[in-house]
Amino acid sequence: MTGVDVLLLALGAVAVGAGALVVTTRHLVRAGLYLVVCLGALAGVYLVLTAELVAWVQVLIYVGAVVVLLLFAVMLTRAPIGASDDLDRPGWPAALIGGGAGLGLAALLVDAFRWTRVDLPEPGTAERLGEQVFRSWVLPFEVLSVLLLAALVGAIVLSRPDIGRPAADRPAPAPGSRR
Amino acid sequence: MRPVIPYVTAALLFGLGGYGVLRRRNAVLVLMAVELMLNAVNLVLVTADTTVRAQLPHAGQVFALFVIVLAAAEIGVGLAIVLQLYRLRASVAVDEVPLTEPPLTEPPAGAGTTATSAGTTAGEVTR
Repeated sequence: MTGVDVLLLALGAVAVGAGALVVTTRHLVRAGLYLVVCLGALAGVYLVLTAELVAWVQVLIYVGAVVVLLLFAVMLTRAPIGASDDLDRPGWPAALIGGGAGLGLAALLVDAFRWTRVDLPEPGTAERLGEQVFRSWVLPFEVLSVLLLAALVGAIVLSRPDIGRPAADRPAPAPGSRR
Repeated sequence: MRPVIPYVTAALLFGLGGYGVLRRRNAVLVLMAVELMLNAVNLVLVTADTTVRAQLPHAGQVFALFVIVLAAAEIGVGLAIVLQLYRLRASVAVDEVPLTEPPLTEPPAGAGTTATSAGTTAGEVTR
């Protein structure tokens, strides 16, 4: 056990513990805050694994954007502040499938890797990753930008009720003037 | 570095995410559980980047970046769907979403013009 292993164990334990709290807590807002702890611990794991750029992108996009969006959704759906009792369904199938998948995959990976040791590679800095992205992975990168545009347009269309209705259903003034 | 530690962490996180997706009723909490699963996959990709000597260096980390972008797009569209569901039915419980056509006579509670227009649209389609 080196220092790296101890760090990985500690951060992994924090991530798994916070993840367990995300799926079991009765407070909606606290679930979002535990998600921040879980994602932050994962960013720490990435740093230990020398994936610098991925760690900072994780902090920026996941902790900074995705969790904020989720908390916005919690507020906009008028979630109660205190504990709520109607968050869960009866859980035997969920526990069976989730536990089976998690423990089965864990057993598989433990059996595959045992206690072997590998050396950490050279760190994935922004320079090295950028070189890879813009040299070997340019096409997926460009396709991703199209996907982001499609998601943007899709979200706008979904959230505007006056798009996609038949013409007879539209209110008499032009749709643009209503909203 | 023992690669089994982050791999097992990722497997347990994936199991927790699957449990959350199946267990939770609130759609926002289901989305949070989906985020847990996506992060487990990211952790596998980053760890594999250290253990597998691929021909292209750092391919796993590049894939992790792509998955993060996909997750951002997914959460945007998912939240638009959840908010539209809340506007239509005043509830985000996923097991209360009807899988059949809604009846035309009674618009769902708490919905304005959106619900009635959706109802008539569905009715015209079935006729």
